[in-house]
Order: sequence, then C-alpha cells, then structure tokens
Amino acid sequence: MSTETTDKIYSVNGPVVTVRDTKSFAMQEMVFVGEKRLIGEVIRVSAKETTLQVYETTTGLRPGEPVYGTGAPMAATLGPGILDNMYDGIERPLKRLEEISGAFISEGANVPSLDTERKFEVTLTVKRGDMLRPGEIYATCPETALITHKCMLSPLSKGGEVVWTAVTGKYTVNDVVCKIKDEYGREEELTLCQKWPIRTPRPCAERMPMSRPLITGQRIIDTVVPVAKGGTAAIPGGFGTGKTMNQHQIAKWCDADIIVYVGCGERGNEMTQVLEEFSELIDPKTQRPLTDRTTMIANTSNMPVAAREASIYTGITLAEYYRDMGYHIAIMADSTSRWAEALREISGRLEEMPAEEGFPAYLPSRISEFYERAGYVKTLGGSEGSVTIIGAVSPQGSDFSEPVTQNTKRFVRCFWALDKALAYARHYPAINWNTSYSEYTDDLSAYYKNNVAPDFMEVRQQISNILVEENSLMEIVKLMGTDVLPDDQKLLIEVARVVRVGFLQQNAYHKDDTYVPLEKQYRMMKAILRFYNLSVKALENGVAADKIMSNGWADKLIKIKYDIPNDDLSMFDDYEKDMDEWYKNAEVV
Amino acid sequence: MNIKYIGLSEINGPLVVLDKCKNVSYDEIADIELDNGTHRLARVVEVYEDKAVLQVFEGTKGLSLKNTTTSFEGRPMEMPLSDEMLGRIFNGAGKPIDGLGDIVAEESRDINGEPLNPVSRVYPRNYINTGISSIDALMTLIRGQKLPIFSGSGLSHNKLAVQIVRQAKIADEAGQDFAVVFGAMGVTNDVADYFRRSFEETGVLQKVVMFLNLSNDPIIERILTPRCALTCAEYLAFKKNMHILVILTDMTSYAEALREFSSSKGEIPGRKGYPGYLYSDLASIYERAGIVKGAEGSVTQIPILTMPNDDITHPVPDLTGYITEGQIVLDRNLDATGIYPGVAILPSLSRLMKDGIGEGYTREDHQMCANQLFAAYAKVQDARSLASVIGEEELTAADKAYLKFGDLFEEHFINQGFETNRSIEETLDLGWALLSTLPRNELDRVDDEHLDKYYQPEEAAKKFAVHKA
Repeated sequence: MSTETTDKIYSVNGPVVTVRDTKSFAMQEMVFVGEKRLIGEVIRVSAKETTLQVYETTTGLRPGEPVYGTGAPMAATLGPGILDNMYDGIERPLKRLEEISGAFISEGANVPSLDTERKFEVTLTVKRGDMLRPGEIYATCPETALITHKCMLSPLSKGGEVVWTAVTGKYTVNDVVCKIKDEYGREEELTLCQKWPIRTPRPCAERMPMSRPLITGQRIIDTVVPVAKGGTAAIPGGFGTGKTMNQHQIAKWCDADIIVYVGCGERGNEMTQVLEEFSELIDPKTQRPLTDRTTMIANTSNMPVAAREASIYTGITLAEYYRDMGYHIAIMADSTSRWAEALREISGRLEEMPAEEGFPAYLPSRISEFYERAGYVKTLGGSEGSVTIIGAVSPQGSDFSEPVTQNTKRFVRCFWALDKALAYARHYPAINWNTSYSEYTDDLSAYYKNNVAPDFMEVRQQISNILVEENSLMEIVKLMGTDVLPDDQKLLIEVARVVRVGFLQQNAYHKDDTYVPLEKQYRMMKAILRFYNLSVKALENGVAADKIMSNGWADKLIKIKYDIPNDDLSMFDDYEKDMDEWYKNAEVV
Repeated sequence: MNIKYIGLSEINGPLVVLDKCKNVSYDEIADIELDNGTHRLARVVEVYEDKAVLQVFEGTKGLSLKNTTTSFEGRPMEMPLSDEMLGRIFNGAGKPIDGLGDIVAEESRDINGEPLNPVSRVYPRNYINTGISSIDALMTLIRGQKLPIFSGSGLSHNKLAVQIVRQAKIADEAGQDFAVVFGAMGVTNDVADYFRRSFEETGVLQKVVMFLNLSNDPIIERILTPRCALTCAEYLAFKKNMHILVILTDMTSYAEALREFSSSKGEIPGRKGYPGYLYSDLASIYERAGIVKGAEGSVTQIPILTMPNDDITHPVPDLTGYITEGQIVLDRNLDATGIYPGVAILPSLSRLMKDGIGEGYTREDHQMCANQLFAAYAKVQDARSLASVIGEEELTAADKAYLKFGDLFEEHFINQGFETNRSIEETLDLGWALLSTLPRNELDRVDDEHLDKYYQPEEAAKKFAVHKA
C-alpha cells in the first residue's frame, strides 16, 4: 500500500470521484480516497480522467485531496470467522464498526474483515513433502459447532511442495501455518485466510448436472416448483407479497449446509430481525442456533449506494469459498432490484447512455454474470459442493414487464411469481401456481422417485392438473357463479379449493406447518387425490353431489396440515381408512 | 477561511455555478449574500478543482451574475439542537419562525444523519394502541416502525393522523416522555393550521416541534425539511430518551421537489421523470425510524403521501412501500359512503405486527382473528363482484353470508368515527362478533379451540340486528 501519491481528486459528485491526468490506476483497483481514506474502486480509466466510485459517503471531500492506489482489485478476505457474523457490503464486520463508531456508521472506519485476535484450533492435513495444488486443503479448524472450516490453497497460487508445517494447535487467521515451495524454488507462506477479488468467479474443476433438490419444507416449492441444489430461482413480487418472508423461511429450513443472507438495499429492521431470529432458532437436525451456519451481508437502503452494488458480489464470493470446501450453500439475495438500481444510480452519475427505464445497457450481462456463479460443481480439491442462488426481485409498480424482472427471467430456471391478490387474501406463501415455473422438475424426477415415492411425479402432475382445470373453470364461475356448473365440475372446484387452502397455503407460524418433510407432502397429496377419485366414482355411481360435498372430508383434509404431526405419518392410514369407509357406505345406501 | 467570491458564472433553476473557487468540499454549506443585504443558503452538490455547483435553497429569484457575494462555511448543513425545541415552530430549513428567537444549541448535528448500523438496532416489538379498530387489529402500529398513510387528494388522511396522535398511548407504562415532530412539506396553510389547532386542542402543543415548508415556500428548501425534522427527532429520542412520533406530510410534494432539483441539474431521469436515486433518497429518510440499543427512546414515523390519481403503482407510493414496514391505504369509495376512517383493509399491512401482537402484547387470539378477518373480507370482494354480474339472488348461501358480513364489517368495524377510542379488547371482541355472523365452517383460519371460545352466532345475530333497527 503506497502512502506517497501525487494523484489528487479533481471532482466530486455524490459517490463518483474523478482524478485527472494519471496513469497509475488499473480498472477495478481498490483505492483509498481523501484524507479520511474512504474505500473506493476504479470504474473507468481514460488518458484524461480516471473515475472512482466511493463506498462511503463523500460529504466533506474536496478536490485536491489525495487518492491512494492499492495495486489490487476489490477483494474479500476469506477465512475462519465469517460465519455467525454480519458484514456491510464491502465485508466490514458491523459488530466491530459498532465498537468503533457507535450506533451510527461514520466514514473512514477501516477494520479487518476477520477477527485477528480469535484463535482457532487448527489441524494440519498435509505434511512436509506433500504436493499441494490450488484448491487443495492444507488445514482444518472448527469454525462454529456445526461447520468445520477448511483452509485451501488459493486458486491464484501455482501450488508446490510443502516444506514446513506448524504443529497442530491454536492460531489466529494471520499466523503462518504452512509453507510451500514452487518448482522455481519460490516460497509461499500460507495463513488461515486468503483474498479473492469479488467480481471474479472462483474456479472449479468441473460443473456437474443438478440432480438433487434443495429441500425447503415449503410445499408449493418442493412439490410444485422445486429448485435444484446449485440452481437459480427468482422471487419477484410487489411490496407486501412476502418476498422477504419466503426468503426467511427458506433460509431457516432448507437443507443447505450454509446460508449466506444478503440484505441488499433493504430495511434495517429486517436485518435485525434475521439476526435475532436466527440466533434464537434452533436447527432441529443439529440442535445448534441457525447463526452457526449463517453469514449475513447487510447493506441497508440508507447505507452508501456503491457498497450496495458490491454487496451482491461479496455475498456470492463468500458462498463460493465455502462451496470450495465441499459444502452446499444457499444464498439469499434480497433484493436484486436494489442492486440493479444501484447500478443505475452510478451509471447515471457517469452520464452513460441509458437503455430501458434509465438502467444501463449492461444490466442483462451483469444479472447473468451473477446468476451464472451458481452451480453444482466438483471443486478443485476434489469434493462436491453447490451454490444455489435465490434472488428476490422487487418490480416497480408490481409490473413484471419491467427490465429487472424480465432480464432475471431470462437467466434463472425457477420463477416463483408472488401474487398481490393472493397476498391480499392472506394466502401465504403467495406464490402463484399458474404463473410460476421450474425447469428443474425433469432433472429432479429421479431423486423424488428414488427417495420419496415411485409415483411422486405422477401424483404431483395430477395435483397440477386439478389446479389448471380449476383455472379455466374459474373464468366461467366469475361470470355465472358455481351453480351453473355440472356436478363433476363443481366437485373439481371443491377439490381445487382443498388443494389451495389445505396444501399450497402454509402457515409459517405454526410449529408443524412451518416445515413439512417431503414424505408428509406426498401423503397429503395422496389423501387429496383419494378424496377426489372416490368422489368422482361415487358421483358416477349415483350418489348425490350435495351429499358428497357436505360429507366434511374437504374440511378435514384442509386441517390435516395441523392435525397430523410431522413425526406421526401413520395417522394418514387412519384417515384413508375412514374415508374409504364413508364412501363404501354412501354407495350402499 | 473567509474568502468571499463575488459574482456567479451561471444560474440555472435552483442551481448556481461558481468558477475559480478553491478548497470547496462536497456537501458543504455556502452563504450567498445579495446586494440588498439579504442572505440565502446554498449547498455544494458537485465540486471540481476550480468550480462548484451550488443548490440555492430559497430559490434563485433575483440573483444575477453580479449582485452576489458567496462564502463557504467549511461544514455540511448542520442544525442546532436542544430540548428547548419542544413547542417551537421552524421553517423548512430549520430556522425558527415563531418570533421567539434562536435556539441555544446544546449541540449541532449534520442534518443528513448517518446510517444506523443494523447490529445496533433493536427489533421493534412494543405495539402502540391507536384506539382505531382497523389499525389496531389488522395493521398494528409498533413503536419504532415506519408506517405511512397512502392517501389521495381530498381523503381524510390528516384527520386520521390527528386522531392517531390524540389517542395513541405513545408514552410507555413508566410514563416516559413523548413528543411529536411534525414536518410539513408543500402543504397548504390551512392544513398546517389544522394540525396546529388540533395539537392545541389535544393539549400536546408543548410537546410538538413543527417544521413548516408550506406550498408557497421555496421548493428546494423542501428537500431539507424531513431531514431537519428527523435530526431533531433522533436527538430527542436517542439523546433525550423520549418516544417520538414523526409525522411527515406530504411525501409526494417532497419527491416532486427532488425531481425538480434533479432535472435542473441535468440528471438522467428514471420513471416518470423522478431521479434514479429516488429509492435511496427516500430510504435515507424512512430508515431513520427505529430503536437503538442503549437508548430508551424511539422514533416512530407516520409519513403521509397522496397518490397522484389514486395510483398505488406511481413511483412515490411504490418505492415508499418497498422501504416502509407496511402501509395504511385509504379508500375513496369507503370515504364517499361516509365511512371514517376509510381504511382499505386488503392492501394495508403492517410488517412488524406479527411480532408485536399476541400473548404478552395484545391478546393471544389477535393473530387468528386478524387472519380470519382479512380472509373473510377478501371473499366479500369476490362475492360482491359476482353479485354485480349475476345479481344477489343467484348467489349461494355462503356468498350471501359474506355480502352481509362485508356490510356489517364496514359499518361497525371500519367505520368508527373521529371521537371513538376503542381498547384492543373491544376491537377484538367486535371482530369475533362480526366473524360469528358467518357459517362456522367458513372460518378456516381459526382452530377449533378458538372457535369454541369465540364463535357465538346467536349473540352476534342479536347484537347486529339490534344495531340495525
């Protein structure tokens, strides 16, 4: 880091700062701006003028103040201590910032991303003479009670032979624990941490097909529009439709090893809520608080806009780092629209030619670059890991034809469209089953067949068919009421109601209903279909429609989600037996 | 650093350009003195090595390239603060206009504030009982929340805000101090006066700080008004440990001022001509609500905005809804049928409600009652639209029951009048009584245990029949 510089600020306009007549900066180099050493990044270079974006507020900055280059791009520090932590958009730990500057964040606070005092119990996994290649693990340490941190040789390194290792014991992140020598005899010291430029995807050995679902315990997601581990999903919805709520539910319950939660330009109170709730919630599988497997990036809407732009990249870099250790990561980005707006804001200040609605022309390519960093991979170290991206989109005016939603739709394979009408009726999750889709169903069908039930996909299809048919009938019903329909269609509408209210609607505040295992989801669908098929047959056999509709089974099925606990699915057998009984008797009479 | 610069090199709307100035910092405040001895306040919005662009708050009327002397103050816009501010009236830029003289400052703060660290926030959980059934039951206001009122021209948003101030038990059980900070942006004299009189009648005037930028005041000053109001609120809340309710009206005028400023600066416009940073800018206002660890006080915000043409997808309500923790939407049809407050139940929402209600806060059945009321009222809308097509007679018995429920709900629950103050028990009991007019099997959001306790159709029938007669 140079301390002498002749480069001076020429102009300041919000977060955009320019320097004239200099050739000392590289694109995307990290810089320190002004006497307060605000953190910034080079975003445009020309012979005459270099443009910087500053990640902190520029109030008080004046032309003539110095600009210091660092010679390196914006990088995240990766090492143990990331989990159970909350960062701002440029990986500054917010708890440390609080200690330094109090409840309000003041500018120029330069703090290390990782706790440099904390000691970890490190076990070396290599010995002298071993060859260490990029991405291979040389040390492990327990990071939280749940997650073992694996220190890997950075993919930027050439690799080499291990010439020295520290003894197993307690070390801080900056202690040298291993030394390697490359083929030219150059020595490299390895600590517990490494740096990685946030805008560059971390490499992997190969991308693998996605064949396992990310199980969320949310019925509509798992059965109707599933997402694969390593896949991409978008949740678009106007305000109040439950984007954040859905993200929270998935973060709490999905079967990923680690959650990266990026609050990008969203509410401060929401991040506080995540922090509080996750430290109180105990993961049923491991009996540990959820924060043990979570890291959070919080760049709330009132924090500097340039750091908001960076927060998405910081988040995905952290996710990729843990993926390289062989973990499955789910990253929640709430919301990508705020990130796109940050792009627009900076682009506007640069006086770039705008494309649609003032967004820069490179918006689609930035969105695709981000979503392409998801994937199920074989890591350089030889294990398997995945990054699943779930991005919320906040369309302006709830209009899905706006540029961010449309461009996101092109690059994600799973689209969970939230519906205002459903949200108004407090039907949560307000995912509209007619407009949402998942392109992963074919890839995942083998998993469901082998792990849940052989006929899972058929059952799922029958349920979908009922909803599709209801949708076309509703057009008539809206005009003329249900009375004009023939009995079999009335029955279908009644069954569709059971599917909607009893199956798709899910109560996040109910102890059993907040997370439902796949097995129970399957049994619920089976029970509803049994009701439908028996009723159809009974109709054919001349049982009066009114009698069937008022037999109480519809309401019983709707309450199944509360009445049958997740851990006693044998109760379904009793339900089915009773149901068969009723229909047998009905037909006899 | 008292260099004075004579003259200007360009004037464009509220912006002036000053050439050959040195050592000017971004966001710094400047004082422009005119020949006739009057002063105007300006802020640096862009700065170059030898040039600065300034935004003049009181407007550029009468300015020429020659008749001014500009001096820079070397600091961002600050305002003097002390608890003497209670009961005082200021203009939109934070200058006293009640003739009682300047504030003796205990401290000065940058009006832009600094972003609150998310880890220093305390998640708001204590509910504020406003005494208004529709709000308390269905979109509960929580201390430290930002809950805007989305309204339209001619609707009773001001009346509702006054009723909330009057009835809300803002002070906590310990009788801790509360105060109201009122920021008016581009409202008429009448409206400002209405608020002032209402505060007086309620007897809280000594607890109110007013910042008035009226519709005939300089537009650019409007950009400062909410920031001054919130700086004052933060000071009183976090330094003086008071519970502060901030009312900001009208945020649409504020956004329009921002648009005017942006376009005169030649910025690339976003939707409907509003600047691309409208979201960030609104967030820098709304996010200043909350509770901070270690401080006893809180800042609760009720911004009021009028939706142009009642359009909730207009950029201002749209972006506001994405930042605030819910919204109270007023409905023109309800208002027209004489229902006060005409709160549109379905699009209204309080995001913090779920954690601030129930056992220990309001009553254990609150959530269930609210869910069922929402669901039932949503079905009322379906039944009504069906009835308008096929006629009421053709409806099924259930749909007819919903129609009846809808009318009763609007008449008794939503419509409560300006003077009525209902406790949370009264409100919830009324909600259950209304739900009891529906067939029991329609109440699918309530479990049997609660139904057994609260579902009382006979009494409900009696109660509402009596009311009708």
